[in-house]
Amino acid sequence: MVKVGVLGLQGAIREHVKALETKEAEIVVVKRIEQLDDLDGLVLPGGESTTMRRLINQYGFLEPLKAFAAEKPIFGTCAGLILLAERIDGMEESHIGVMNVKAKRNAFGRQRESFEAPLSVVGLEEPFIGVFIRAPYIEEVGEGVEVLATFNDKVVAARDGRFLACAYHPELTDDDRMHQLFIDMVLEFKKEGLATE
Amino acid sequence: MNQQTGTDRVKRGMAEMQKGGVIMDVVNAEQAKIAEEAGAVAVMALERVPSDIRAAGGVARMADPTIVEEVVNAVSIPVMAKCRIGHIVEARVLESMGVDYIDESEVLTPVDEEYHLDKRKYTVPFVCGARNLGEALRRVGEGAAMLRTKGEPGTGNVVEAVRHQRLIQSQIRKISSMSEDELMTEAKNLQAPFELLLQIKELGRLPVVNFAAGGIATPADAALMMELGSDGVFVGSGIFKSDNPEKFAKAIVEATTHYQDYELIAKISKNLGIAMPGIEISSLQPTERMQERGW
Repeated sequence: MVKVGVLGLQGAIREHVKALETKEAEIVVVKRIEQLDDLDGLVLPGGESTTMRRLINQYGFLEPLKAFAAEKPIFGTCAGLILLAERIDGMEESHIGVMNVKAKRNAFGRQRESFEAPLSVVGLEEPFIGVFIRAPYIEEVGEGVEVLATFNDKVVAARDGRFLACAYHPELTDDDRMHQLFIDMVLEFKKEGLATE
Repeated sequence: MNQQTGTDRVKRGMAEMQKGGVIMDVVNAEQAKIAEEAGAVAVMALERVPSDIRAAGGVARMADPTIVEEVVNAVSIPVMAKCRIGHIVEARVLESMGVDYIDESEVLTPVDEEYHLDKRKYTVPFVCGARNLGEALRRVGEGAAMLRTKGEPGTGNVVEAVRHQRLIQSQIRKISSMSEDELMTEAKNLQAPFELLLQIKELGRLPVVNFAAGGIATPADAALMMELGSDGVFVGSGIFKSDNPEKFAKAIVEATTHYQDYELIAKISKNLGIAMPGIEISSLQPTERMQERGW
């Protein structure tokens, strides 16, 4: 059994918890830094990335999150993808900045352009309904990054080692296969970690 | 590829992303930037904040599009704007300008005393105010993708928002504990769509996000509304009618995130300066009560 946290500062926290609850995992909503200590993996939920970053700064979460990322798997959705990206279009600095991609914020437009569409995702047999809300996409993919899904030639899901990110919101659907992908990554990573110890 | 805009999931999902956050009323680009900097999840672009609308009297209408445009260009967080209850054209105009959410709001003077907008027909999502569950569900039935309490806007007095949120929450608890064969009668009593009652029973909560609004003036007020089960808060006049908007805005955001951390709320409430002046509700004439607008 693994222990997975959902960063609980702002956004669609409840939905991620609900999707993860059906899995072989203990779920923690992380509101304080010390709650990161004994987690095997962390989910960065969708929300407003600007707001989340303000709250991360205010509570001194940035360094602990970077330290966590140096060791453990993280799954970011929408705003979570922005937090993970090493490079962000139009911004000088990244946030956690651990995933070798360049992200573009609100890349599909404003709310009236928000949409849902079936996606073909590497590793999933049936199409996955992607719900895109003022969503970003991945503009450039660095070395070692596996593209998992595209929409109209834009990269909308990718994996870079222990980091998984998607531009859409799997937590807003009843389909928990993206969450299962992440739990599998966490399990795999934990097993490898134990083997090398 | 098969791409759909304006679906329920996309409209309601947008509000889901705002949860745990504070949406602030602003009247220009400068205020919008202060709100964004303080950690607001969205701003509501207005010509005047509710307390000024109250003071000015007369007919309150949709903001000048120049103001909305100015705010849209100033920030990267979502921008909301208000249209009058039932004003199809104001709503379409705001939609055409790329506003991210429209508040069909009792703060403005209604143009239609009988019919609210058919909000299902728009690509842009709507938020609406409610005093009780029946009103809330009638709005969801019309297509609202987000709800908020009406409270009593522009008063700096949170008593009405508390009343509305407490009532809605207790009505949800009642439905959760009813058996299905009692729900049609309850739907009749609430004057609400039956299918939505079934959904509430199944989910144990509303099918859309429900924020608090109307009279929130301090960090403790915001935390109180979260404690009572709100998904987030709207602050209208409370921030830019206070002594120190920057500090107030930050403190209200922080109190909303950590609404049960009372030591923290004590700390951030120190030396905030004077909150907006409040109005005792009983001193308002019935015609001055904005919450009576709409049904």
